[in-house]
Amino acid sequence: MNESLLVELTVFVLAAFVGIEVISKVPTMLHTPLMSGTNAIHGVVIVGAILVAGSDHGTLTTVVGTIAVAFGASNVVGGFLVTDRMLEMFRKRPEPDAAEKGGDTG
Amino acid sequence: MSRTDAIGAAYLVCAILFIIGLRRLSSPATARSGNQLAAIGMAFAIVATLFDERVLSYQWIVVGAIIGGVGGAVGARKVKMTAMPQMVALFNGFGGGAAALVALADYHDTVGLPGHVEGKIIASILFSAAVGSISFSGSMVAFGKLQEMITGSPVVVPGQRIVTGALVAAVLVLCVILGTGHESQALLVVTMAIAFVLGIQMVMAIGGADMPVVISLLNAFTGLATASTGFALSNNVLIISGTLVGASGTLLTQMMGKAMNRTITNVVFGAFGTGSGGAAAIGPGGADGQVRATTAEDVAVMLAYARRVVIVPGYGLAVAQAQHNVRELADQLERRGVDVRYAIHPVAGRMPGHMNVLLAEADVPYPQLFEMDDINPEFPRTDVSLVIGANDVVNPAAQNTPGSPIYGMPILNVNESSAVVVLKRSMNTGFAGIENELFFDPKTSMLFGDAKASVTGLVAAVKAV
Repeated sequence: MNESLLVELTVFVLAAFVGIEVISKVPTMLHTPLMSGTNAIHGVVIVGAILVAGSDHGTLTTVVGTIAVAFGASNVVGGFLVTDRMLEMFRKRPEPDAAEKGGDTG
Repeated sequence: MSRTDAIGAAYLVCAILFIIGLRRLSSPATARSGNQLAAIGMAFAIVATLFDERVLSYQWIVVGAIIGGVGGAVGARKVKMTAMPQMVALFNGFGGGAAALVALADYHDTVGLPGHVEGKIIASILFSAAVGSISFSGSMVAFGKLQEMITGSPVVVPGQRIVTGALVAAVLVLCVILGTGHESQALLVVTMAIAFVLGIQMVMAIGGADMPVVISLLNAFTGLATASTGFALSNNVLIISGTLVGASGTLLTQMMGKAMNRTITNVVFGAFGTGSGGAAAIGPGGADGQVRATTAEDVAVMLAYARRVVIVPGYGLAVAQAQHNVRELADQLERRGVDVRYAIHPVAGRMPGHMNVLLAEADVPYPQLFEMDDINPEFPRTDVSLVIGANDVVNPAAQNTPGSPIYGMPILNVNESSAVVVLKRSMNTGFAGIENELFFDPKTSMLFGDAKASVTGLVAAVKAV
């Protein structure tokens, strides 16, 4: 086993622990935005797609790479925008509550 | 600092922003900024990659990015909140497809080189190619089912399990052949094609009600395919992000499975509601078959003079887009002093937390939303349970009919409340395709019609009481 693989496996295992730790704190209420947000994050595979599409390794590679960039870009852009739209609605929530409370005390 | 170091540093920033972003998703107040941080992280990673020495030309990157970016943006802006699950499925599929295509291109480049190719790289490429293909086709079928372009009920071929098993075996054998030194691009394409068919085959056999599990699982698949691409390219940001998503998808899948009291293998290979399981499911209540239909006026009186009303939303509410009308009804009732609560079953709807998003869109205050374990003890003290477009999550067969496919699934015990009103389009069975003896219970009355129309009628009737 070579050294770079060991390092990568270490990163993988640590990331898995961080992932489980962070995700398990997300309340049920936010599971849909969580899923859609992580969905956008895996669009980071576009990094691989860019390396392929820009590599000038022949027509086949370029065609495959370009399609991959298009897929990745729609995953990233669409994923983050959809999540933002969802969370925008969640964020409005505390305001009427605060107003009600203010009304109660006042 | 060399260019490679700078790119590495940008990737590190990206990974940190992803983790902080996810961390901020743990509260509604910080969630939106969390998502924005993650998006900024993504921008870092993409811009840094453009400076990579291996990127020699930009025109095709720009073409792909414009097509995909504009498509994604338009889709994300135009989609109705009720169509969110299929949109997430679609984007997930694109991610999986991208991972598979990158693997294909990497293989094409790698095998052409003279000398020994590292086993790690081949293994990672094969994993991304196979899992990415399954995720792509599986997500497309899930999209089709949720969009109702394909039937929501399970579609099985004769000998479903044998066929699935054979496809899995074929993919594994081909991967072993390719992984042990046999270099063939044609064979990789064949492997991906079989994996593609496997994805279709698997998801076609799963019913609409199990979609929350399927979407979580496919999300995890794409995450792992991305992480594997990271191993192939020795790129840490891909490994980290892919693994984060893999962990998230796996956790959500487990939670959904637990909420349905079923194992993941049972969901994926169980082909719900077909064959003998479906026939045995008609509960004893079905025998005396008396259903009491009611009118909006009668229900309005019940609701207006109740002390406590619990609203149980389901997928039918999403389909009818009745969330705003339901909020209006709740407002009317609260104005009359009725204690209104919402009972959220963990697998109500078509993705995890689906009902929460819909009710948030209608500005329903959080404190009124109750999870299953918190609301179940309250049903005996509830005057009216108003079931809107939900079916299987309130089916008592889950508790008292051992032959039923949903037997053992925790449900919302609406039958313990003094009265139950079910808003339903018709007497059709739910996505699980099984009868619901709740509808035949003497304290249940049915208000037939489109959920939106029925709720609108109720609002008017309550005002008139």
